[in-house]
Amino acid sequence: MVHARCAPRNEALLIWPGRRKDGKKHPNQLFTSKTSRAMSSAATTPPSVDKVDGFSRKSVRKAKQKRSQSSSQFRSQGKPIELTPLPLLKDVSAQEQPELFLKKLQQCCAVFDFMDTLSDLKMKEYKRSTLNELVDYVTVSRGYLTEQAYPEVVKMVSYNIFRTLPPSDSNEFDPEEDEPTLEASWPHLQLVYEFFIRFLESQEFQPSIAKKYIDQKFVLQLLELFDSEDPRERDYLKTVLHRIYGKFLGLRAFIRKQINNIFLRFVYETEHFNGVAELLEILGSIINGFALPLKAEHKQFLVKVLIPLHTVRSLSLFHAQLAYCIVQFLEKDPALTEPVIRGLLKFWPKTCSQKEVMFLGELEEILDVIEPTQFVKIQEPLFKQISKCVSSPHFQVAERALYYWNNEYIMSLIEENSNVILPIMFTSLYRISKEHWNPAIVALVYNVLKAFMEMNSTLFDELTSTYKSDRQREKKKEKEREELWKRLEDLELKRSLQSDGIIPT
Amino acid sequence: TKLDDSKMAGAEGDDSLYPIAVLIDELRNEDVQLRLNSIKKLSTIALALGVERTRTELLPFLTDTIYDEDEVLLALAEQLGSFTVLVGGPEFVHNLLPPLESLATVEETVVRDKAVESLRKISQEHSPVDLEVHFVPLVKRLASGDWFTSRTSACGLFSVCYPRVSSTVKAEIRQHFRTLCSDDTPMVRRAAASKLGEFAKVLELDYVKSDIIPLFTALASDEQDSVRLLAVEAGVSIATLLPQEDLEALVMPTLRQAAEDKSWRVRYMVADKFSELQKAVGPEITKTDLVPAFQNLLKDCEAEVRAAAANKVKVFCENLPEDSRETIIMTHILPCVKELVSDTNQHVKSALASVIMGLSTILGKDNTVEHLLPLFLVQLKDECPEVRLNIISNLDCVNEVIGIRQLSQSLLPAIVELAEDAKWRVRLAIIEYMPLLAGQLGVEFFDEKLNSLCMAWLIDHVFAIREAATCNLMKLVEKFGAEWAQNTIVPKVLGMANDSNYLHRMTTLFCINALSGVCGQEITTKHMLPVVLKMSTDQVANVRFNVARCLQKIGPVLDSSALQAEVKPVLEKLATDQDMDVKYFALEAISVLALA
Repeated sequence: MVHARCAPRNEALLIWPGRRKDGKKHPNQLFTSKTSRAMSSAATTPPSVDKVDGFSRKSVRKAKQKRSQSSSQFRSQGKPIELTPLPLLKDVSAQEQPELFLKKLQQCCAVFDFMDTLSDLKMKEYKRSTLNELVDYVTVSRGYLTEQAYPEVVKMVSYNIFRTLPPSDSNEFDPEEDEPTLEASWPHLQLVYEFFIRFLESQEFQPSIAKKYIDQKFVLQLLELFDSEDPRERDYLKTVLHRIYGKFLGLRAFIRKQINNIFLRFVYETEHFNGVAELLEILGSIINGFALPLKAEHKQFLVKVLIPLHTVRSLSLFHAQLAYCIVQFLEKDPALTEPVIRGLLKFWPKTCSQKEVMFLGELEEILDVIEPTQFVKIQEPLFKQISKCVSSPHFQVAERALYYWNNEYIMSLIEENSNVILPIMFTSLYRISKEHWNPAIVALVYNVLKAFMEMNSTLFDELTSTYKSDRQREKKKEKEREELWKRLEDLELKRSLQSDGIIPT
Repeated sequence: TKLDDSKMAGAEGDDSLYPIAVLIDELRNEDVQLRLNSIKKLSTIALALGVERTRTELLPFLTDTIYDEDEVLLALAEQLGSFTVLVGGPEFVHNLLPPLESLATVEETVVRDKAVESLRKISQEHSPVDLEVHFVPLVKRLASGDWFTSRTSACGLFSVCYPRVSSTVKAEIRQHFRTLCSDDTPMVRRAAASKLGEFAKVLELDYVKSDIIPLFTALASDEQDSVRLLAVEAGVSIATLLPQEDLEALVMPTLRQAAEDKSWRVRYMVADKFSELQKAVGPEITKTDLVPAFQNLLKDCEAEVRAAAANKVKVFCENLPEDSRETIIMTHILPCVKELVSDTNQHVKSALASVIMGLSTILGKDNTVEHLLPLFLVQLKDECPEVRLNIISNLDCVNEVIGIRQLSQSLLPAIVELAEDAKWRVRLAIIEYMPLLAGQLGVEFFDEKLNSLCMAWLIDHVFAIREAATCNLMKLVEKFGAEWAQNTIVPKVLGMANDSNYLHRMTTLFCINALSGVCGQEITTKHMLPVVLKMSTDQVANVRFNVARCLQKIGPVLDSSALQAEVKPVLEKLATDQDMDVKYFALEAISVLALA
């Protein structure tokens, strides 16, 4: 099994896959793992159905076959492809090599149908070995990159990698649950990517020549491939795009804009795109390199694209990368803290506890780097939310929020502002200490209350003594509201009766 | 009426009771749920304020404070669409534009769409002058907004104002639409493409040709397939607007290209819209262009496309020009259909199975027997239950043409297998077709082959199946009559009353509930009632209270002497049962049957 996060070539591309500094687990690992879920579902299936149902002999389900996908480009199975074998590059003289190199590139433009496992076997093998040879050649040779080679390289890569991705096999592909569909032509595709990366990284590579061929259209098609279900392919694409971003200054703004578009479409239109995590990973390193002061474009990207990405259902698949990007931004420009936190509060999950835990995790990462002056600006709305989380009936949410009190830096911020935060938190904490069903939460809450008491005992005593009268005041206000609405509704009713002529005016 | 309104508010004198501050406080409440509640009652608030203050105080407040949770904004956008009366009628409707304009620029699509919907609605309430003075400028501002959201929203507003403005303004509107069609954000181009057909409909024919066609051609060859596929739908609308002689030159090249697009999503769209397309282009182009295009779609390399096309097979054939229908089907469509019957993808086969039977009415008896029947038979043996089920559920089409007997030999194993499918939903589906099948196959065939299946379902381990089986028996009796019931099914049903499994004993009661009415008084009194009464001493309370319910149900079928002499004592005894539910239902039956 190949999984997105342990793909073969998980190259140390960026600061990324390096671990989070606090050594916390990846958000995906916080929850039930796949195996345990499968076990629990097996356990709930009644075991002795067969005895009751005389019909169940057919209930044995066929084992799911491992799926692989073709490239949606073989409209009709054409004639067999014939390639005339060429001599090896090392067997010809140095002068002849560039010419032969071009010929081999042209041969590799032929694309084979890998869904048909029996067709063109010999030629498939020939292309594989040729691609291997090309990979080695661009890695070790010198002086091979003539100007004529550029268009041929780009053409060969385009012919092989650019294709319409086929429809997902299951309509409701859930990347957390389902095995990804693997690309059938990977034996060739992998080598083409490998070759292209070596080409881009080669010392002789000249962006000034290549930019004629690696243009906006090329990048656009490359970005579309990030939707591939095959994690191996996305991993290569990540490296390719990162290299292109690094070497082609003229394409940078365009790449950022297109990623923007992909994300906006993902958030507001389809909620489906497989390569979000990979693109965010690239962005993480891009943000890292932004010059100060940040351009308005970048701030807009943060507020209008990255923050709304939190609303997507499949957040868990890219949350770590997203949180990393957000923190990068805040480390660049602390003044962004307020809009970011307000954005998170606006999109705070209402029904999904797992997402709530992720939000709390991200918020803690933000608080880790927050400046005290920024903290003061958002402490009120922030702690109103935290107070709600603390009293969540879902113990994981409550627990995650209460863990903030184990964070020394956050504790110091709370202490400095206890006169504001304590009144906000007090009601929830006091109530949970009496009511929460989970003893572990109650214990944690006692610790927090104790900490508050030590921080500011005068205020604490005051709040304890006014707790009851405050509750009563709230109840009274609630009643007044109800009455107000009732009066309004009566008024509406009376008017509609009047306008119907039932009651004379 | 406006005058009346203000008089009324004045006469009530309760404006002061509801100071706007209090109401606004409610709209600002910290709790989202309370804010949402207040917004949903916005009309009540407006009513309390009266039209004047709604215009001068409430709307400006709403316009200024639009930064809230999307849920609240959505409710607001919806409310404002029916606010015209509350601001004083059409004369003042333009007062609603500022808050809706802000809502039309927010990020969340759902909110924006609702704002556009409300704007479209109130546009109709603008006078032509107000439309030009207030509404069109708003559309233009949205169309040239910085962020893509406002431009996206603008796309949906052109068509509602275009018909009612002067020709100068019309020209401006066309220009704005053109610009949005080549916007550099794909989101905007998608919005424009999705509104292209609608916009074309309100344009003068000359402008359709001079303006819309180039836009259509450009969008249909956009670099993003998500834009191209939307252009397909627009193409269908445009084709209906153009005179026949222009179709070939103006839209067909683009549509042909779409049917062969490299992206399967676009081809899927063509397949999905094929019937509409067929109607739009007329019989001649159908013959020359659509038939080969349809053949290609049926043979497409992606199953999604083939399934979409397979779904259209019947409608496409039905709408072929009559003079050449049969030839086209026999020589062009049928060969593709034959291949689809053994497609590798079950969705394709099942899409085909849901329509293929319909071809028999089009092709008539001889062709059906010779060409279609073998295909039906293959599909009846398909490994996927959905395919078989789709064939069986459409048997009535064939029945009309050739009679079902031709199929019965293959039908039977298919039915038996579905009846025993491991998925209870499949079993449920086949049960539902049983009465239809019984009617078509006749009573002898039924008794011989299917009766035992119907009885077996009564002891299925899924309640829904047992329940459906009970209902099925009732429908069968309706078809075959009480005498048949008495001879074939009643003895078996009553036999289950002695089963050791209480669930089976209860099934007897449920069957009696269903059957007593259709079987009539004699059978009920003579055969069913004694069994029910005997079960009143069952050791399981659930059985006993179902006896009470059963008696209540069959009571009306019985005559009064049986009720008094036999039912009453038993119910009275049950009414003193230890179990409270038994008591409850016994007393209920006594009171309903008026035996007290």
